[in-house]
Amino acid sequence: MIDYLFTTVVRALAVGTPLLWASLGEIYAERSGVVNLGVEGMMILGAFFAFAVAHTTGHPTLGLLAAAAAGGAAALLHAVVAITLRGNQYVSGLALAMFGLGAAGVLGRGWEGIPLLHTLPEVSVLTYLGLGLAVVLWGVLYHTRLGLVLRSTGEAPAAAAAAGVNVILVRYAAVVFGGVLAGVAGGFLSVAYRPSWTEGMTAGLGWIAIALAIFAGWDPLRAVAGTFLYGALFFLSFRLQAQIAPEFLRMLPFAFTMAALAVMTRRQRGQGAPEALGLPYAPGDR
Amino acid sequence: MKRLGPVVLEPVTAPSGGWVLVVSAGAVAAALATSAVLFWTFGLSPAGVYRAMFAGTLADPRAAPEIMRQTIPLLLCGVGLVVAFRAQFWNIGAEGQLLAGAVGATGVALFVPAGPWSVPLLFAAGFAAGAAWGLLPAWLRLGLEVNEVITTLMMNYIALFLVEWLIHGPWKGRGVFGFAYTDTFPEAAWLPVVPGTHIHWPTLAVGLLAAGGLAFLLARTRLGFEIRVLGQNPHAARYAGIDPVRTSLAAVVLSAGLAGLAGAGEVAGIHHKLLAPSQVSAGYGYAAIIVAWLARGHPLAAVLTALFLGWIFTSGDVMKVSLQLPFQVTLMFNGLILFFLIGSERLLAYRVRWAGPPGHGLPALAPAGGEGAAATGASGARRT
Repeated sequence: MIDYLFTTVVRALAVGTPLLWASLGEIYAERSGVVNLGVEGMMILGAFFAFAVAHTTGHPTLGLLAAAAAGGAAALLHAVVAITLRGNQYVSGLALAMFGLGAAGVLGRGWEGIPLLHTLPEVSVLTYLGLGLAVVLWGVLYHTRLGLVLRSTGEAPAAAAAAGVNVILVRYAAVVFGGVLAGVAGGFLSVAYRPSWTEGMTAGLGWIAIALAIFAGWDPLRAVAGTFLYGALFFLSFRLQAQIAPEFLRMLPFAFTMAALAVMTRRQRGQGAPEALGLPYAPGDR
Repeated sequence: MKRLGPVVLEPVTAPSGGWVLVVSAGAVAAALATSAVLFWTFGLSPAGVYRAMFAGTLADPRAAPEIMRQTIPLLLCGVGLVVAFRAQFWNIGAEGQLLAGAVGATGVALFVPAGPWSVPLLFAAGFAAGAAWGLLPAWLRLGLEVNEVITTLMMNYIALFLVEWLIHGPWKGRGVFGFAYTDTFPEAAWLPVVPGTHIHWPTLAVGLLAAGGLAFLLARTRLGFEIRVLGQNPHAARYAGIDPVRTSLAAVVLSAGLAGLAGAGEVAGIHHKLLAPSQVSAGYGYAAIIVAWLARGHPLAAVLTALFLGWIFTSGDVMKVSLQLPFQVTLMFNGLILFFLIGSERLLAYRVRWAGPPGHGLPALAPAGGEGAAATGASGARRT
């Protein structure tokens, strides 16, 4: 029984790891006032580059670094369009998701079915690092000056600018940071969780990470709780394969997300969302 | 007013139709140029890629019907999204609504005794199923203020797995042992096609009628007026006595229902059975977002932009065959086009004027981008 419980917790942690990393990144981006719907695209690019670099060099850690760089670079595209060019953030993020899935698919031709010799364990440093990161990000967000600056650019960019904050710079940094975490999340999938490359291997996790950021109330610690919940859900569906049609089990996280969003939005009553979320900021705006 | 070398950018409230066209074409050209750079880094010759693309689509007479075939679902989903976006309902779920429509139509084709009523009935079922798929996110948004971007997306995945379940489980055909699809529809439930092609013209006709009808609706009817006001200024709409729930629901039902019709057209017009979601739709529901965005709020302009995206999809198919590129190449193109469209949006807030070399007195009056303004349905081109 204890063994079973332990296995459940460990598996839930492993499955939840990429979700946790990606949603922590999205929380920081959105705290700065920028929605990035491109998580799915940044993750899949991270997954591909992690696999390609890990396979070529034989070092999964190098693969993860490449994933971080790829995620950050992809996020930079969104930052330019959403922050500098003040385009619609929602649509720009969707464009990033499409582009990432497309480019990873084109790049990944010929890489499918190749086994990876040097991998990271399923519950690895990344899992514990993710938990630690959540605590650190929570501390930074609520208990440091940097966190105050980040939150103020998301709540009242004009006031932050009047107080001497470089809103544009903070937003760029937050969005790119979010991309780096999403890239690592994707890398985890291809070098640790399922050491291989298959197109579309993120399978909607990126969208769930965005939803998780919302119903965690943009709070890194609550995101950890949400991650556990999803991890348990994935593990449960793995155990129930004999009883329930696999298609329904794969549907479960998405249906659960709808329900969770409905319940949490009702409880939050519009509270918690950064006030200026999704609104472009032009220097000089009041 | 900003001065950039010899040109001056002046802020305007509504850009001219010609300028919209110039900026949109520029964005598309920039996307194709960026793709060329990417192809080069992927180790493909950009010239070879584009030569294959043009040879396979514009120079090949067999390509035109194929472009038309792919335009049909893009048009139906796209015009619907134009209306939803005008009402500021960010429906990203056309893909799922299309799949739901395909399921509805399949239900009619397989389980209602066949007859002359089959086609109208399966269209109706497709519309109803698509609309139903859109109503849940609409209800969550209007009743509980849940962000519809995320929920419509979640509904896409739910629809995908629903189709997977149906074709592997209860609706799996009796005579198709190793494969996952339903039995073939009775012939009475097949849509007629233009001979020698896969163009199921009744669906195309419905799409064109929808474009015309929705243009009329937006411009000339009370509901259309309410949708426009609600989208432009929800507060003003409330003061004007417009019921936001009723108006939004109407926009969502139209949008999701038309996407459902597209799904009905795909299964009854081309495949004659329900099959894997990726075969029912090659991502038309997502690409329809670009159709609607390019059309800038005008249902009639969506006819042209759907045709353009139909060409992109066909080009992707050509590259798949002649260059062994994966189908995601279309997705990459689409992502880049959308990126550049959003990125160039800011240019529409300005008018470009030639002001002569710097330091030469007052700006000269020479409006740019005026030609061709009335050439397309994009004229007027106010964006909401």
